[in-house]
Amino acid sequence: MAVTNIRIPGWMRLEGILTPQRRKEPWPWLKPGVFFGSLVPLVGLAVRASQGELGANPIAQAENELGLTALVFLVASLACTPAKRLLGWTWPMRLRRQLGLSAFFYALLHFLTYLVLDQFFDWEAMLADIAERPFITVGFAALVIMVPIAITSTNGWIRRLGFVRWQRLHQLVYLAGILAAIHFFWRVKIDVNQPLTYAAIVGVLLAVRAAFWARKRYGPKPAPRAQAVRR
Amino acid sequence: MKDLPKEPLSSEITPKAVYVNRREFMKNGALALGTAAATGSALLWLGGQGPPPDVPEVAAASADNPLIVAGRSYDVPDEAQTPNRDVITYNNYYEFGIDKDDPARNAHTLVTRPWTIQVEGLVARPQTIDVDTLLNWFPLEERVYRMRCVEAWSMVIPWLGFPLASLVKRLEPMGSAKFIEFTTLLNPEQMPGQRSPILKWPYVEGLRLDEALNPLAFIATGLYGSVLLNQSGAPLRLVTPWKYGFKGVKSIVKIRFTDEQPKNTWAIAAPREYGFYANVNPEVNHPRWSQANERRIGEFQRRKTLPFNGYADEVAGLYAGMDLRANF
Repeated sequence: MAVTNIRIPGWMRLEGILTPQRRKEPWPWLKPGVFFGSLVPLVGLAVRASQGELGANPIAQAENELGLTALVFLVASLACTPAKRLLGWTWPMRLRRQLGLSAFFYALLHFLTYLVLDQFFDWEAMLADIAERPFITVGFAALVIMVPIAITSTNGWIRRLGFVRWQRLHQLVYLAGILAAIHFFWRVKIDVNQPLTYAAIVGVLLAVRAAFWARKRYGPKPAPRAQAVRR
Repeated sequence: MKDLPKEPLSSEITPKAVYVNRREFMKNGALALGTAAATGSALLWLGGQGPPPDVPEVAAASADNPLIVAGRSYDVPDEAQTPNRDVITYNNYYEFGIDKDDPARNAHTLVTRPWTIQVEGLVARPQTIDVDTLLNWFPLEERVYRMRCVEAWSMVIPWLGFPLASLVKRLEPMGSAKFIEFTTLLNPEQMPGQRSPILKWPYVEGLRLDEALNPLAFIATGLYGSVLLNQSGAPLRLVTPWKYGFKGVKSIVKIRFTDEQPKNTWAIAAPREYGFYANVNPEVNHPRWSQANERRIGEFQRRKTLPFNGYADEVAGLYAGMDLRANF
């Protein structure tokens, strides 16, 4: 694929802030604002690490913060569709892709911290962890699931796959959300309040989808004349 | 003839759209900044990024209370001691919160004087002892021990205190006593973590009596040359270096001698994961993580965990013939 095919979205070029918008989109500040805000946890971590302010066990601290931030983004990306359907808000839908990509970005950093800093490329120990420790198994599975979703997040891939197939692939994110919540829950030693809160939010967000799906499938059918006309 | 240009160069002209929309650009820029700030601070809050506890203050507090020590009886000669600031800011003491730096932040509410230790159960004389009386019974010695947490991190700590065996002998347990049980203070007003039932309060730990009489078992009243800070278990705590750290019950108010194996807090909370013996054992993994290696606080690479945390010569005999997988 030629490099020229990659089109930088208007919000990345700060259209509406530095230059006029070519394509009118409401709230041109929304996407760049959320994008730069999304970098704050990483910058904060880097600054504190450079000043030795991550506490006595900085690797574990970085691992925990990166993982939790990834989960926050994952939950936020799962909340966009229910926000539109329940509240009628459309602006979260415009953020969905970048929230999902941020989730993947932080999940990847979380994994790399574990691989490089925590285990120091001890592949044997890492494979044993993935095979034998359920909480690591599910966390790794969540990351693996997010890889194809992140790769196919562009408009080009929607066209290439066709919307229906693309959507089916991206519905795997529900599984990633569940696995990530379990990963957090199983990791904690005793105080499960925080993991349970995240698990509950993921549960509610998926239940909303299930309810809409069930209503579409089993609810009152659309008026029959619409079909009659087509025949 | 050349006139001065009447028009500015085309490159100098502000594009009309920009000129017209200058106000809107500024508004959008401000809104983008505001959104970034709101998103960023929400993420910092949710992701758990907070400032570390004020270390100079706690370090100064510990330097104010130097102790006089008779001598050093145990050492870990080839391994660096963990810096004091790490020892006093990285603690598992759920009575003051579950995060590692919570005890350093919150333990200032603990009142350690007056303090009494109740001695009961199978002893010649049940009694209540003032802590300062008890501290005068024994000369203080320094012991540098490894400390291995069940969470697979470890430290090397120079403790001050006296052998548990000396205390046990002085308390005169009856011949029928087989176990010793320790209980931490129960006081939700001073210990905010006890206001939520994450563990069964008060914290209880125990040892077999022959374990308690082993020369390694130690009651610590200080570390790094100073009186114990509250987050380290002031005014006195148990140290059993061949066992996982959770056996080291802190801020002890009760000692009971018994003929039944005590029910220790973590074994009650999760019996599949934490046993009564809790001997450091790289062969027996925690159900959810490996115990084969550990991160020494302050070191980058993990190190191999040693059987009985490197104290096999001193304590392995206590468990001769026992199945250490079943009695984890």
